[in-house]
Amino acid sequence: MGLLYQIFIDPFVQMGTAPDLFVQTLWEGLVGGMLYALIALGFVLIFKASGVFNFAQGIMVVFAALTLVGLYNVGVPAFLALGLSIAVMFVLAFTVERVVLRPLVNQPDIILFMATFGITYFLIGFGEFVFGGDPKVMITDQLYLPKGTITYKALGGVVSLQKLDIAAAIIASIMVAGLAVFFSKTRIGRALRAVADSHSAALSVGISLEQIWVIVWFAAGLVALVTGIFWGARSDVSFALDVIALKALPVLILGGFTSIPGAIVGGLIIGIGEKLGEFYWGPLIGGGTDAWFAYVIALVFLLFRPQGLFGERIIERV
Amino acid sequence: MKARDILVGMTCASLLGAAVLASKAQAQDSIYVPLLTYRTGPYSGSGTPIANGMHDYLAMLNERDGGIGGVKLNIEECETGYDTKKGVECWESIKGKNPAVVNPYSTGITLQIIPKAAVDKIPILSMAYGLSASAVGDKFPWVFNPPATYWDGLSMVMRYIGGKEGGLDKLKGKTVGFIFLESPYGREPLPLLQQFSKDYGFTVKEYSVAGKEMQDQSAQWLAVRRDRPDWMIMWGWGAMNPTAVKRAAENGYPMDHFIGVWWSGSDDDGRGGGQTAKGYLSLNFNGLGSNYPAIQDIKKYVVDKGKSQVEKDKFAENFYNRGVYNSVLVAEAIRNAQKLSGKKVVTGEDVRRGLETLNISEAHWKELGFPNFAAPISGVNCTDHNGHAPAYMQQWDGAKWVKISDWIQPMKEKVRPMLDEAAKEYVEKNTGWPKRTEACDKSS
Repeated sequence: MGLLYQIFIDPFVQMGTAPDLFVQTLWEGLVGGMLYALIALGFVLIFKASGVFNFAQGIMVVFAALTLVGLYNVGVPAFLALGLSIAVMFVLAFTVERVVLRPLVNQPDIILFMATFGITYFLIGFGEFVFGGDPKVMITDQLYLPKGTITYKALGGVVSLQKLDIAAAIIASIMVAGLAVFFSKTRIGRALRAVADSHSAALSVGISLEQIWVIVWFAAGLVALVTGIFWGARSDVSFALDVIALKALPVLILGGFTSIPGAIVGGLIIGIGEKLGEFYWGPLIGGGTDAWFAYVIALVFLLFRPQGLFGERIIERV
Repeated sequence: MKARDILVGMTCASLLGAAVLASKAQAQDSIYVPLLTYRTGPYSGSGTPIANGMHDYLAMLNERDGGIGGVKLNIEECETGYDTKKGVECWESIKGKNPAVVNPYSTGITLQIIPKAAVDKIPILSMAYGLSASAVGDKFPWVFNPPATYWDGLSMVMRYIGGKEGGLDKLKGKTVGFIFLESPYGREPLPLLQQFSKDYGFTVKEYSVAGKEMQDQSAQWLAVRRDRPDWMIMWGWGAMNPTAVKRAAENGYPMDHFIGVWWSGSDDDGRGGGQTAKGYLSLNFNGLGSNYPAIQDIKKYVVDKGKSQVEKDKFAENFYNRGVYNSVLVAEAIRNAQKLSGKKVVTGEDVRRGLETLNISEAHWKELGFPNFAAPISGVNCTDHNGHAPAYMQQWDGAKWVKISDWIQPMKEKVRPMLDEAAKEYVEKNTGWPKRTEACDKSS
């Protein structure tokens, strides 16, 4: 009886008696969720363009952030370093298309998937060779990212918002919205959808597969850079950031691998859900639930919508 | 054509033979010291400076003194990525090369190789980490964890807190939070913390941080804000540390009530938080900075000659010096082994005896070029493989670590009986655990 009370009653009592902490938890979940959505978007773009789960998205986050900090540390001014990092991500996209994807056109998806493993291990080795394994401090001040805390006395307590988190949420929202519009309303976006449906059909109507791949990998690189800047500022810039990308998996399960709105909504549900889960229900089982709670949320959703929230329902005749 | 083939074959064979002979000669003329390190992966931030320090001190002995007792050290790193599976693979790959001693540098790896040590006759030096109970030499003759166990560390933290509160009895009714990396390392001090909570009447709040979440931790620190612990203790590693320090500051936790174990006190851990981390505390047992003759020798013989991987501005930072400290223990154990065995090229079995008689007095630290670098190591013997040396408290001043306390002694009287009990339990659980047969030498 006591356990049932702790599971079904007590968390809601806590939400009512300490609404400031409830709002704070929602805020933390929202910020985390926006960043998860951003990472998931990187996966979705590449999946739509090539039908491949890009295992390298996580290491692209690390590589982009390390490039930015590494360039700054060798004396390049911060904004020039930012511009150069964007250029590096373009070169990476171009190289991946030329060296990895182009030779594998029309190969089974699993071959392309395994190729992204190769890209991952190459970027890990190359990144460590160039930048070393030491953690680095993100250049937040130099990029004029805000710091400090805005504190509100409200709801019978205190709600504090990190200015950096506000900036992260705003920039992530703009970026997500911008990419969503770009890939749904523009000619390139329509071409991307055509490529997603069928490589050969897209080629037959004159869509350049190479160009689309470079564009989506570059977009995924930009997403990785922004994610790396904000996660790096929240913690540090190190190879540990790689694991953050794994948080996008339940987001993708939930939102569907092909849906941009799915990535956004999925990110928010996972972000808020895991924070509420850890904060209110985590102590019942010793805490540390946020590593797996996201998957539980995703699985519960899958029970009712196996194709994900916004995924395309696949019906095949037998 | 045939004659040419024969010539090529003979050349290859002679080259191969020469290589085998050279490696055999090297094996006979040098002491093999493998270092299990991690310069890659999510924990490389903590692993790299330690790897540099460990390597550079031994390399300096090679350059300056021609090795130990006139025998060169063959230093070889094996990359584990702080991954237990890879660590075990490293053990398997080095065990046939007559290693003098193995430094696993991970509690997870240490736990896996403890049963292998006695079989392969290779001593394990898990310096201030690993299984606390392995301090009991009667049960673990091949494992050593000086200068202090995690349980000693926790007792020192409690002694410090007690000092600030006006006595440990004043903790009655208060709350102590414990944030830890969800791993064998992070969980290691929990039994003692629970015991302390019973003894002194305080409540323990546990905050577990999974490895995948170590760069977030927002939910854990919100829980800290809700529970308002009077003191926070951290057993963190890698990117968990700087993130925790940042989150603590963001949530307004008083930094001078937040104490990390000695593995949560690298310069990177404080640097990430910068000024907001000011006041954060951590235990330490090695000296800070480069103002020691031996550290200067490392600079002269290794770093300045381009034989180190350390970045110049990270030379002699706290975790670099920690690695140096580790290698001093290795070197002194080898020196002891040479004395005890009368051999120049010592084996793992000899070094086990060397470790069991490890004794570094204040005068000897000075003689080695480390005046006031560390507390004497005097209590290691056949039954005690740890020594239970003291540590001190350091505080982040916004830019660097500053020593703020004298040596804090561990509560040996509390820790030791618990260690004996834990060692007994370990042996009972592991059916067929061998009884100690190794003879006991006199301390050096």
